[in-house]
Amino acid sequence: MSTMLTVDDLRVSFPTRTGVIEAVRGVSFTLGRERLGIVGESGSGKSQTGRAIMGLTPAHAKISAKTLNFDGIDLLTAPPKVRRNLRGSRVAMILQDPKYSLNPVMSIGRQIVETLRTHENVSKREARDRAIAMLEAVQIRDAGRVFDLHPHEVSGGMGQRAMIAMMLIAGPELLVADEPTSALDVTVQLEVLGILDKLVAERGMGLIFISHDLRLVSSFCDRVIVMYAGKIVEELAASDLGNAKHPYTQGLLNCMPMLGTDRHPLPVLDRQPEWAL
Amino acid sequence: MTAIVSAENLTVAYDDFLALDAVSIDVAPGESFGLVGESGSGKSTLLRAVAGLSPVASGRIMLDGKPLDAKYRDKAFYRQVQMVFQDPYGSLHPRQTVDRLLQEPLAVHGIADAEKRILRALDEVGLGSSFRFRYSHQLSGGQRQRIAIARALIIEPQIMLLDEPTSALDASVQAEVLNLLEQVRRDRKLTYIMVSHDLGVVTHMCERLAVMKGGKVVERLSSADLVAGRLKEDYTRNLMVASKGFVRAASMA
Repeated sequence: MSTMLTVDDLRVSFPTRTGVIEAVRGVSFTLGRERLGIVGESGSGKSQTGRAIMGLTPAHAKISAKTLNFDGIDLLTAPPKVRRNLRGSRVAMILQDPKYSLNPVMSIGRQIVETLRTHENVSKREARDRAIAMLEAVQIRDAGRVFDLHPHEVSGGMGQRAMIAMMLIAGPELLVADEPTSALDVTVQLEVLGILDKLVAERGMGLIFISHDLRLVSSFCDRVIVMYAGKIVEELAASDLGNAKHPYTQGLLNCMPMLGTDRHPLPVLDRQPEWAL
Repeated sequence: MTAIVSAENLTVAYDDFLALDAVSIDVAPGESFGLVGESGSGKSTLLRAVAGLSPVASGRIMLDGKPLDAKYRDKAFYRQVQMVFQDPYGSLHPRQTVDRLLQEPLAVHGIADAEKRILRALDEVGLGSSFRFRYSHQLSGGQRQRIAIARALIIEPQIMLLDEPTSALDASVQAEVLNLLEQVRRDRKLTYIMVSHDLGVVTHMCERLAVMKGGKVVERLSSADLVAGRLKEDYTRNLMVASKGFVRAASMA
């Protein structure tokens, strides 16, 4: 398996009035054409890791790494123009909530076409046809109608599918999905995940799936990275989750109330200060 | 069973849209009752209707066997019934300290010895007195939700309406808050009506539940029945399957 993305000792920190906040503190991993899950609580640095790869870290943040390499391109030294060209065409990102991350004053179709025409030289007609085909690929019925709708006119599940369509239309090789289904109902979640899974498999993309839900990630990904306080505490194959060694991973697995288990009170995480060292 | 809270043929309408369509539930004293469903199923609307926050078009809500007015709720009602909202980031006043937040319900209800009660309330939700003079932005999500629970508990209600109390929290923090809610219910013999989209959470917390869809109750069952799979409705079964997580084989079909 060829390596597409290499991350070595990635650090992201935010200078604030009260001192420097280190959001990511030395994260290293490599990614080929596989599905990698990054799991952690809020504040564990999982989203900032994804954003650093995308080049979406806020301007005032400090970002450093020994290596941050995507297919031979050094992302840290690449000029903005190169990164702009990468973003959307070769590396794409799906955000959490379609309510906030789609442009509310632009029709869904125009937003998809915009992505496509930014990166490829195609005629308006062809762009429209391809956008509609993409909407059909994410299983939106009546794609021609949805093309002209605005984000507020569609449900959350459909909005998220439109976002997936938008991100995949330029045929990226790497997809970063940051909590792509957390804002959706459970039944819709499965549909959206099914679509995502199918498209990622068909197109042979690399996927980084960021989520707080360890079980969901393990059922969806090949490999799982568990983050705590900006660091990787454990990395394991998804099928191996039952044999997790780190007490934090075990705690995350155990603290969810599940159907058919009767545990009162629920086990809670006993956070050890040395986990964050 | 004499119900402490019951709704009879309750209908809530927003113009032509029926958010609740002739829904009836009965909640026994000391019971924990769950409402499950997807967004738009009317589960939150039902809870808000009980609290007097939804426009009731027809039907009635009974508290302790006495019918409540469709719109107006008196102070005595809120002394007995309190609510905890979903989003701890939105339900606490950003410019009030914890102390001020907890004083408000005491002042509204004219309850004396605020000092002692505030300290006890903080202690009860597992936060020390050091949290008393903080603002909500200085607290984490789980701590905020604890404050929201303390604010509801401080006037010693009998009934708590819980609207997705943990869905904005991390899984590990959710466990802590659920344990806290269980413990105060046991200690104070409270009645809970709890809304959640998470079947795992509801079966953990509640003895009985109602599954809602499109403003109607489609199935009423006990948590034990749900866990054992004794269901009548396909819709409930779909929710069950969905709550078990993503399965690749099923999605490929």
